[in-house]
Amino acid sequence: MRTTEQPYAEPLPRLSSAEGLLHWVATVDHKQIGLLYLLTSLSFFLVGGFEALLLRAQLAVPGAQLLPPGVYNQLFTMHGVTMIFFVVMPALLGFANYAVPLLIGAQDVAFPRLNALSYWLFLFSGLLLHFSFLAGSAPDTGWFSYAPLTEPPFSPGANVDYWLLGLLVSSVGTIATAINLIVTVLLLRAPGMTIRRLPLFVWMTLVTGFLIIWAMPALTAALAMLLVDRYLGGHFFDPAAGGNVLLWQHLFWAFGHPEVYIMILPAMGIVSEVIPVFARKPIFGYTFVAAATLGIAFLSFMVWAHHMFAVGLGPLVNTVFGAMSMLIAIPTGIKVFNWLATMWGGALRFTTAMLFAVAFVAMFTIGGLSGVTMAVVPIDWQITDTYYIVAHLHYVLFGGSVLALFAGTYYWFPKMTGRLLSERLGHWHFWLTFAGLNLAFFPMHASGLLGMPRRIYTYAAQPGWPELNLTSTVGAGLLGVAVLVFLWNLAWSLRAGPPAGADPWDAWTLEWATSSPPPPHNFTALPPIRSRRPLWDLKHPEQRDPEHEHG
Amino acid sequence: MLGKHALPAALLGAITLRLLFPPHARAQPSSPFAPASPEASAIAQLFLITLGIAGVIFLLVQGLLLYMVARFRARPGAGAPRPVFGYRPLEIGWTVGPALLLAGVFGLMLPLMGSDPGAADRVPSPPAEALAVTVIGHQWWWELRYPTLDVVTANELHIPVGEPVRVRLESADVIHSFWLPRLGGKLDVIPGRTNQLWLYTEAPGVYLGPCAEFCGLQHAWMLLRVIAQPRADFLAWAAQQRQPAAPPSGAAQRGQQLFLEQTCVNCHTLRGTPAQGTVGPDLTHVGSRQTLGAGVLENTPANMYRWLQDPQAVKPGSLMPTFYLSDADTAALAAYLAGLK
Repeated sequence: MRTTEQPYAEPLPRLSSAEGLLHWVATVDHKQIGLLYLLTSLSFFLVGGFEALLLRAQLAVPGAQLLPPGVYNQLFTMHGVTMIFFVVMPALLGFANYAVPLLIGAQDVAFPRLNALSYWLFLFSGLLLHFSFLAGSAPDTGWFSYAPLTEPPFSPGANVDYWLLGLLVSSVGTIATAINLIVTVLLLRAPGMTIRRLPLFVWMTLVTGFLIIWAMPALTAALAMLLVDRYLGGHFFDPAAGGNVLLWQHLFWAFGHPEVYIMILPAMGIVSEVIPVFARKPIFGYTFVAAATLGIAFLSFMVWAHHMFAVGLGPLVNTVFGAMSMLIAIPTGIKVFNWLATMWGGALRFTTAMLFAVAFVAMFTIGGLSGVTMAVVPIDWQITDTYYIVAHLHYVLFGGSVLALFAGTYYWFPKMTGRLLSERLGHWHFWLTFAGLNLAFFPMHASGLLGMPRRIYTYAAQPGWPELNLTSTVGAGLLGVAVLVFLWNLAWSLRAGPPAGADPWDAWTLEWATSSPPPPHNFTALPPIRSRRPLWDLKHPEQRDPEHEHG
Repeated sequence: MLGKHALPAALLGAITLRLLFPPHARAQPSSPFAPASPEASAIAQLFLITLGIAGVIFLLVQGLLLYMVARFRARPGAGAPRPVFGYRPLEIGWTVGPALLLAGVFGLMLPLMGSDPGAADRVPSPPAEALAVTVIGHQWWWELRYPTLDVVTANELHIPVGEPVRVRLESADVIHSFWLPRLGGKLDVIPGRTNQLWLYTEAPGVYLGPCAEFCGLQHAWMLLRVIAQPRADFLAWAAQQRQPAAPPSGAAQRGQQLFLEQTCVNCHTLRGTPAQGTVGPDLTHVGSRQTLGAGVLENTPANMYRWLQDPQAVKPGSLMPTFYLSDADTAALAAYLAGLK
């Protein structure tokens, strides 16, 4: 089927043998920085996952004495902060770093050195945060650390400071990355790669970039204000001196809700690349999926107070924010239905990447539906701050973002390393993950509905609670085993995986039009870009995609 | 093809239902699905309707996925599928359909949103003479004040059945959240701000409520229990709570002496004695309460001893320090406090 044009460059010598460690430290290459992001977030994933296992062990039975309350509070705080700021976000940014320039036919990102700075800020902010364990005072006030619990009278130790400074540094790096990605997508696209032909992962990364630069500064500002309160005698969040504790919540969630979409839009982008390739059909309703992304991003700035329905903001405010939150379900639903329609009538190939992508659709739907129940204000009064919320956010962030990250790993690992991951181990990894996540997180809906609040280090045995908690702990254990299988797969395949070649999936986007791994300059030559699937056109000259695909 | 998946699907459905609506829900002391007030009933009903709609969409999406996994698996020798780039009527359908469903849910939600946009939240026009109680959140216990009845107690909120009680929520330190799942939704307890709500139930009983906003080290043991009782019983309880602390007899006399000599008096009040501290719970009638340490221990003489001997072992981080009294002194103090009915 392959035609005369042969754009593939020669594979590079293995990176590890090239120039050693120094090469990785000094690099400004987007692919290497992308890999650094991914490896670092994988390391933090192991830390955050281990913390989760300890939490689940403590909650396995009522009245357990494994962890004292102070340690439990540190672990649940660090689990949340780590998974959100040092795993899901940077891993998605890592894929964006690696894949976006390749997907748009560019040589690198717009500002390679700024890119390196972002990575090192991310790494060192993570190390600063985790140094708190060695210093004996890890953050212990929860990932959204409500004032005034964080004010000096209630948190005199350095715990809050590690959290503050860690996030402050990391937020600066994240904002720089967002600017970098936006400029890259807007200015460095190959000839023919119009905005309407952008692969959906790039589309969603672009929108995420704007979300970051508009949302993240609210967090940075709030952190700076709290720092002023703690060290310069400020009173922003001190009600005794005329400050307002709710100001913190407004500022935090003005960042915090868009943050949720910062963590899910690129994941949706990965799934929007993987499903078409393994269903052997183009994405259904490209324009609607792209527009739905814009809709979600726009609405995400107008729903922050749904985290505050129990604050007592009054019926009018609650009603408006409830309605806005319900609206988000509409563009989200559009995406889910378009993924289903893409699969409909396809020839589905159940590679591990596809399994994870399909499971993403199934699991994210559960998280989305429980999210709608929370937009209904009176229901939220009953379930906010219970395990029902914990179930919801894990279906979105684990069943959603993390499954998409696994899908992306199985999909792009061959491009990154030149070798395929083992499909046999991959299937084990997938099924253990799928069983573990449902066993761990589904019962949390029920424990929440039986009145169990979140963030308690132990509990008295109320009817139903012990069984449900034990089930969740068993599920968490399965997830731990699944991660070990994944690590083994990575290690084994890196040495002995089957050689991938340039285009192992018979895919359609530009990253597969260069060697695996790609040369430093990415492309020796680019195929002509006349549609959203340039490699399809190249392989099927008799049946090119129409100039203006509908939908 | 679907037959193969029917059994696992049915099993999964059964497990799901059983998890969502466990058989014990009705007997639950703290489940929103065992409502005991008009507000909680209305929310439970709205919740069930919303879950029903969500359940239909859930079944639709998961059913389609399972069907496609079975039906559209790639088969060797089959040609490439026909490329389809989209179909506008479908897009409009799955935009408008969910929008209509959500509009319906929104319409059902409106009547439950409360009526007084000026008030803090959810306070309908009040009967002026209604019983008022101020609930003050502390790290990590609840102070309860009945200004009109001249009663101050902790962690156990007695209310009469069949009449609305106006609750004012205040905080002495950080943010807490007041939540009685069987009586209604939660409302945060915020320093520098007073939130208000109504409590109302017709069913006598004990209703449990945990603090529902993370408030520091011992957030887990900040339990409130509401004891709803017939009006006559409630008034009898209030009359008894108004009394000064009972004078001690026997071994308890030594206990009282210890209480007044030690630093206990800096934090606790015993009405009718010189002890007038306001940092910790009022102990004038501590012996009449059901639990100690905001729910961490049942209130028995043995547990009172255990608590006084080493509160930091029972509830680490509690603001009550361990005093290292002799066993005999601890026993005397426990006897005194347990006798304060």
